[in-house]
This record gives sequence, structure tokens and C-alpha cells, in this order.
Amino acid sequence: MPAFLEVQNLVKSFGSNTVVKGVNFAFDKGEFISLLGPSGCGKTTILRMIAGFERPTSGAIRVDGDDITHLKPNQRKLGMVFQAYALFPNMTVGENIAFGLKIAGMPADQRRARVDEMLKLIGLPGFEKRYPYEMSGGQQQRVALARAIAPKPRLLLLDEPLSALDAKIRVSLREEIRAIQRDLGITTVFVTHDQEEAMSISDRIVVMNAGNIEQLGAAHDIYNRPATRFVATFVGQLNTLPAGLLPGATGERAIRPELISLAPRPETDLTLTGTIADLHFLGSVQRLRVDVGGTLLNIDTFNNQTKPLQRGDTVTLHLAQKDLLTLGA
Amino acid sequence: MKSQKFWAWLVFALGAAYFIIPLAATFEFSLRMRRGEYSFDAYASVFSDPQFAASFTYSVIVGLFTIVVGILVVVPAVYFVRLRMPWLRPFMEFVTLLPLVIPALVLVYGYIRLYGSSSLIPFTGSVFGTNILLTCAYVTLAMPYMYRAVDNGMRTIDIGTLTEAAQIMGANQLQIIGKIILPNILVAILSGAFLTFAIVIGEFTIASLLNRPAFGPYLVGIGTNRAYEPAALAIISFIITWGAMGMINVLGRFAPRTSARTD
Repeated sequence: MPAFLEVQNLVKSFGSNTVVKGVNFAFDKGEFISLLGPSGCGKTTILRMIAGFERPTSGAIRVDGDDITHLKPNQRKLGMVFQAYALFPNMTVGENIAFGLKIAGMPADQRRARVDEMLKLIGLPGFEKRYPYEMSGGQQQRVALARAIAPKPRLLLLDEPLSALDAKIRVSLREEIRAIQRDLGITTVFVTHDQEEAMSISDRIVVMNAGNIEQLGAAHDIYNRPATRFVATFVGQLNTLPAGLLPGATGERAIRPELISLAPRPETDLTLTGTIADLHFLGSVQRLRVDVGGTLLNIDTFNNQTKPLQRGDTVTLHLAQKDLLTLGA
Repeated sequence: MKSQKFWAWLVFALGAAYFIIPLAATFEFSLRMRRGEYSFDAYASVFSDPQFAASFTYSVIVGLFTIVVGILVVVPAVYFVRLRMPWLRPFMEFVTLLPLVIPALVLVYGYIRLYGSSSLIPFTGSVFGTNILLTCAYVTLAMPYMYRAVDNGMRTIDIGTLTEAAQIMGANQLQIIGKIILPNILVAILSGAFLTFAIVIGEFTIASLLNRPAFGPYLVGIGTNRAYEPAALAIISFIITWGAMGMINVLGRFAPRTSARTD
């Protein structure tokens, strides 16, 4: 099966500054893809090139076999949700959602039916007469989502749609977006700098840095088998164990905080001894900083009711050889 | 504290007196046409003059055309400069201020030289052409106000993102300006429109030199020939201008709240 969304050798330069340096990827229909990376890594520029707001310096973008590289944004049949909602302030919620349908020439009665359907989908039935300023940020962003998908676009582009919302709404809305996306089977490209967001929601993640793809894969692969040092440190927390800290290790090794435990497990075959330098009780998880011969290690353990730990306690750390990561360049 | 308030009120009262006393005196004088008693005879005389209605109607029509042409010129210009060529803004600011610096007299002599009946584009050769020229001159005169009103209006909305949002849904440039940008800056445009209207109604120099029967030249003509009517006319045109200004305020208050909440 040929890829549904295909990006080939995509390059974008602004003057002498190249922000996207020959990016390639191909995704299947219905996939939820995240472009993840720090600010300035080129992820937003790629999304804007897919949308047609930026013209690629070279390379090609294909959707469902059509080369859309040189089409205008209004010829691409895509949907997009922006960080700043970008609802039309002069229109009601219903008019906002119907906008794309009206432009496409859909008759009024069909438009009304589609708007009702969309409002039900986003959980805001009966809101069509409201104006955007009468709604909360989360509600506005859901309307923006409905507006984007109402004309049944080939591709849904999400440009950091959750960044302007507060933490609680961010989590619930991302689950809602994912559920709707799955229901409709719409291929989606999601841009974010939040690795937790990307991992929780995506089928596959493109981790980017400085205009290049560092790694492309499922969340599980990226977290457990980071391809580069950048991916290992950008995605999730990581402890670096300098050479010499572990018996028999020749070089630097790294390990995730949750893979170090205070009690032996069947697979653990290494131990380290240290003192607790700091501890944070986060409820279900306890985060420790343990000083092992001058190296501070972060350790996440589940809450344990039996004996509260204290700063200054000496603890034995158990870890498994197979969990150690060797960081490349 | 108390003395501070006293001085503030005193300054306010002096300032107000500066405007109100001449106005009150003019109004008082306008009522004295009939010997020995106050009456509205001067106003009756003004309103019964067919020239008053004719010149006023003419100026209103020219004013409406000026507003329409001004919007058609200014809105797309401000929109594209803000969206595509932001580096041009300081230049635009400067150019739109020029009509305030260059006297209308200079402007109209320039027009007469350039578009006179012996020139390549003889606008002044016909009445219709002269009307067009007058409208164009007024668009220029009102430009500083119209530009600033529209520019302020566009500042309050994120035209970049709104444009992209409309584009990705298939809208073309015309649909974006007509359905998204214009409705969102309507209040700003209206305030520019009323300022334009106020300017056009009272303008004398250009209308007079182009020899058009506008309200401004009519006012001046009456002023030189009659005693009480000019005072009445001054009060009438004050009311018209203030009405236009008041409309800006009223519309601003009744306009739908369009600013997006960002929480």
C-alpha cells in the first residue's frame, strides 16, 4: 500500500538559515503522527509547508498520491487547528463550523445537519448560537477542531493546539482529540514540544532537532530504544552513569529513573550504594535524588507505606544490565 | 486634596468656557433675528432656502462616495501591508500623514494643473469629472483618519492566523477580506467613516476652487451676505458634526464584543 502522507527531501531556508534540512517521512492513512522537538527544531515549519503557508525551498509533499507541494493553501483540502484557536470572532459557533462547508458550496440544510453532527461530536450540542468570546479556551479549541474536520479534510493538522490551555483541560482535550481522530480515521499531524503529550497520543512520533529527524517510531521504541543521545535526553528523564561508576563498564551508560529500584527484582544484577540527597513525595510516586560517589541519580519509586525514607539514609540501588543505555553521538 | 480638586475643576471650567462661551454667544445671536424677542426665524430662513437643502444633499452624497472609496482603498492596503509587508508600515504612516501637512490649497492647485481641461486627463472638463476629482480629493483629505481607524481596528484582531484559518478551509483572498476582516473591523471602519463625513460636510477650499455647489462654500456665501443666518448655520453644522462624533461612541458601545478570549 502506498503511503498516504509522504514528505520527500523537504528543505526550507530563510535566507542563509536552513531550518528544515532534507526531511523524509511517509505515513499511512488514519495514523496519528506527532512532530516533537524543542522550539526552533523545524517542526512547525514542516507543518506550515504541509498546510501551504510556507513554500518549500526544495522537496515534495504528497497526500494520497497527489503532489500538493505547489498548491495554494485553499486548494489542498486540509483542516487545521491553531494554537490561538483562531475562531472568527464575528461569527457564531455554528457559522464558524459551517464556514468551510459554505465555501465548498454545500446547501444550507445539509450544512445545518453537519454542524449539529459536529457539535454532538465535540460534546457541545446546542452551542451553535454562542459567540467565541462567550466560551472558555477549551470550548473554543473544540469548536476549532469541529470547524477543521467539518469539511472532511484529507489531513488534519494540529499546531500545538493544547499549549494555550491549562493543565487539566490539556489532558482531557488531548484524549478527546485522539478519540475523535480514531473514530473518523482521519490522518493527523500534531506538532508539540511536550514529549508526554506526544507519547500519550501518537501512533508514531517524529523526534526532530535542528532541522533533522533524530528518530521516527512508536512512543514505546523512542522511549526504550532512543536512537541518539538527543532523543534519550529530550524524551523522558535520564540518569547518566559516568564510566567507572559501574563495575566492568567501559564507557558512559544511562538509565531511566523508574528502572532503578530500592529492592532487588528478579532481573536486577547490579547494585550501587548511595545516600539520599533529596526526596519529593508526589503521591503515587516518590522521586529520590541519590548521591552515589558524587554522581546524583534520580530514582522514581512507587509509594511505599511501610517505612518513610529520610534525607541522609543510606540505600542500596538495584538495576539490571539490560536496562542500561549506551548513548551514541 | 480638596485644593487639588479645586484647581482641577478650575482648569476644566476655563477649558470648557473657551469652547462653550463662543458657542453660546453664537446660539444667542442666532435667536435675535426678530427685533426685541428671541425666535427661531433665522433657522426657519435657513431651512426654507432651497440652496441649503441642495448644497447639503450634494455634500452628503459626495461624503458617502468618499467613505466608500476610502474603505475600498484603505482596508485592502492596510490588510496587505500588515500581513505581507510589515516593513512598509512606517512608510505608510508617513504617507497617510501628508494630507495633514500639505495645505488643501496646494492640493487643489496641483489637481487643477494636472487634470485641467487642457491636460491629458481633463477631469475638470465636465461636471461629472469634477465630482470624481472632488471625491478623490476628499478621500485624500480623510486618509489620515481613515487609515488610523482601520489600522487600529486590525491591531485588535490576529489577522495573520485568521487569514490562515480561512485559507486552509478553502477561502480566497476576496472572501477573507469580505467575510472575515471587514466584519471584524466594522466599528473601526464606521468611526473612520463618520470622521470622513464630518470633514466632507465642512470642507470649503477644494469645493470652492473646483466650483462645486457643496455645503462648505454655501456656508461661506451665506456668511458674507447675511447677518443672523450664518450663526444659525454654524449651530446647525455643529450639531451635524457632533452627531457624527456621537455616533462613533454609540456604535462603539453597541458593537458586539469581538476580541477573542485567550484563557
